[in-house]
Amino acid sequence: MAEKVTITIDGRTVSAEAGEMLLWAALDNGIYIPHLCADREDKENPAASCRLCFVEVQGRPVPVPACTLPVSEGLVINTRSERVDGLVAAAFELLMSNHKLDCKNCPANGNCELQRIAKERKLRLKPKNLPVLERNLPVDNSVAGLVYDPNKCVLCGRCVRACRRGGNAVLGFTRRGYDRVVTTFGDVPLAESGCSGCGECAGACPVGAFSVQK
Amino acid sequence: MSNNNAVAAAAFAELQETARESWERLREKPLILIGAATCGRAAGALSLLEEVKNEINRLQLDANIIEVGCMGHCYAEPVMVIYNAGFPAICYGYVKEGVGARIVRDFLTEGDPGIEFALAALEPNDLFPTFADFPRGVHENKIVLEQCGFIDPQNIDHYIATGGYAALVKALEMSPEAIIETIKSSGLRGRGGAGFPTGVKWETCRNAPGTPKYVICNADEGDPGAFMDRTILESNPHLMVEGLAIAARAVGAEQGYVYIRAEYPLAVERVTLAVQQAREKGLLGNSILGTGFNFDIEIFQGSGAFVCGEETALIASMEGKPGIPRHRPPFPAVSGLWGKPTIINNVKTLSYVPHIMKNGAEWFKSIGSEKNPGTAIFALAGKVINTGLAEVPMSTTLNELIFDVGSGIAGGKKFKAVQIGGPSGGCLPETALDTPIDFDSLTGAGAMMGSGGMVVLDEDDCMVEIARFFLDFTQKESCGKCTFCRLGTKHMLDVLERITRGQGRPGDIDLLQELAAKVKAGSLCSLGKTAPNPVLSTIKYFRDEYEAHINEGRCPSLMCKDLIAYYILPDKCERSCDACVGSCPVEAIHDNEDRIKVIDQKKCVKCDSCMVACPPQYKAVVKLSPPHLVQEKEKEYREGKKQWQKK
Repeated sequence: MAEKVTITIDGRTVSAEAGEMLLWAALDNGIYIPHLCADREDKENPAASCRLCFVEVQGRPVPVPACTLPVSEGLVINTRSERVDGLVAAAFELLMSNHKLDCKNCPANGNCELQRIAKERKLRLKPKNLPVLERNLPVDNSVAGLVYDPNKCVLCGRCVRACRRGGNAVLGFTRRGYDRVVTTFGDVPLAESGCSGCGECAGACPVGAFSVQK
Repeated sequence: MSNNNAVAAAAFAELQETARESWERLREKPLILIGAATCGRAAGALSLLEEVKNEINRLQLDANIIEVGCMGHCYAEPVMVIYNAGFPAICYGYVKEGVGARIVRDFLTEGDPGIEFALAALEPNDLFPTFADFPRGVHENKIVLEQCGFIDPQNIDHYIATGGYAALVKALEMSPEAIIETIKSSGLRGRGGAGFPTGVKWETCRNAPGTPKYVICNADEGDPGAFMDRTILESNPHLMVEGLAIAARAVGAEQGYVYIRAEYPLAVERVTLAVQQAREKGLLGNSILGTGFNFDIEIFQGSGAFVCGEETALIASMEGKPGIPRHRPPFPAVSGLWGKPTIINNVKTLSYVPHIMKNGAEWFKSIGSEKNPGTAIFALAGKVINTGLAEVPMSTTLNELIFDVGSGIAGGKKFKAVQIGGPSGGCLPETALDTPIDFDSLTGAGAMMGSGGMVVLDEDDCMVEIARFFLDFTQKESCGKCTFCRLGTKHMLDVLERITRGQGRPGDIDLLQELAAKVKAGSLCSLGKTAPNPVLSTIKYFRDEYEAHINEGRCPSLMCKDLIAYYILPDKCERSCDACVGSCPVEAIHDNEDRIKVIDQKKCVKCDSCMVACPPQYKAVVKLSPPHLVQEKEKEYREGKKQWQKK
């Protein structure tokens, strides 16, 4: 059992395990910090790619992603500030400008992290200042019971990790820049990739890009 | 240990002796050096080499010819140097086909040095000025570039004979702590761009728990317009090898890597050879010079991703993973390659190390300024006359570098801006030319030292287009991992493309600035954190150009294709010459009823051919922006003609 430390988040004193990443310490104490790419089963290797979990740390000049910050005794955190809210709003708007918004027909409706972030931080799901960038990628429903709609994907990578852990490790990232995409080796349909249809990806996906079909 | 030292010193003295002998033997006959780094080869150095060899054989002369690297005078390639007894060594430039043979023939058989082809002499004399006599020489202070272009990069003896590897021998006699202390007190800052103190990095790595430790030379130079590292590795690879070995000794590493991009085949070849020769001489490998210190180097070729110049991405790609950056800390000095403490230093940083070890920290600090000691190495490119490599003390001003060292702007055009630091840097205008070149001043002015790329822009360069060009580069080279870099730069690029197409909207400048601020603050690695710099600095200094594009559909520099039209001035057109008609690839130019040439705007593809073809005595073809000015001009012409006919 690791040593316990006391930290302060938004004025509340909470207890956490030393070295635990702040994001998990906060969430376990009922304090919400927006996040998409964080993976509870691989806490030591944060991707820190979604750029949504920024917090202010007393003594640090700029906001820090909470998933990368090991807690230590006496740490003082603010989950909200003008700078943090600005960054989170900007990252969220960028993600939403590249996410096919179709909540009504989406299997994740009501259980979607994007909806949750929008609600918690009072942000618009539809981007206000940015045009929507449509990707128009084909939907893959080649494996019975599983649907992958890359147009909804926010590239958090949780499906990739889940597939490597519990599935047949058929998913990965390919291409760079704006073209980065979660796909199979050689871009073959899931059914030809060795996918067992176990659904680990759908369980991990926070936004309904991977979903289990009823 | 002192016994070991004596063994090392004796072994090295022997190497020096052999090296000196072969170095001195070279000069017993006339010696011809031909600059054959990539820059020279591109200008025809290899055929010059062939030509000179053939001429020497034909005349049955006795002379030594060696291929050397680049002296920095890339504007004058191919470059040749001749050492001929009784004359000062002379450097020739622009040695075109036929000229090389002629110079050699005249000089070696008749004693005519052919000074009409000479750039400068290399040593003071009564005959001809040296490089030090030109404005350039006042500012230049060559440390890293000193031997570049003067020794054979493929011959370790040349390097040893000119003082090479003595610093390593000295370092082997010192304790690692003392080496780190020397580098720390020299104030050397990393030349890869960020300017982090090298000694501190080494100390962190040395003190970090975990073995083995690794040292890596980052030669993944990828900025458009930058070629410093390539030239150094092609011209004097042993300097970096020696620096890396000293770094290894300091941090306690036995394995080093040189990460070179595969697009630099000649650098890869020369570094590979250098490592092999150092190994043969016992300067790398097991128990270097009998001291018990083991260190060896492997070459790793990068596969062409710009982002792999970022240290965590570089490490990931060496580990066989996708070259994608990760969050820092932990920094590589604590947890790097295979999770072990690793230092990653730029080619230039490592190339200073042997000099600092030899001459001491105080010597290094006496050059440059207090917080930015040493020299800055720049690759001058773009519209400057003397393109090439320059090494000047830190705190030299931009003005001095561009107008004295670089000889100013080519073609009598007007200076507009200088783009420093590559895609991470910024564009500085004329008013900022007094900025001293150092890490802090350039960052303060809105640019960045970067690794040393410098692109000079003149009045014909559109600043919006330049911003778009660099952002297009970073956007394509972004790994796509983090939200801000992947999507933020994409949106910014879309806006810039719109503006350069003449479809800018009011509010676009604000939108760009807002996005830029967020991308800078929110991105995961330095690629994203600095990608908006070219956009921000051009808005800061050239806002009027953005406004002209957005509000008037006008490109003031006449560069953005969608915002210009080609027009033939009726009063300048010679009527009977037809040069433009023949040059047009789409048959858009025809005669009007007065036999004046007219461009059919619907057919014109704006290829510039007619403008080039129109003889300089007429200069009848012009560019107009916004394009609708053509209709006005044509109307003007018709009305003027009507009035003339009435009379």
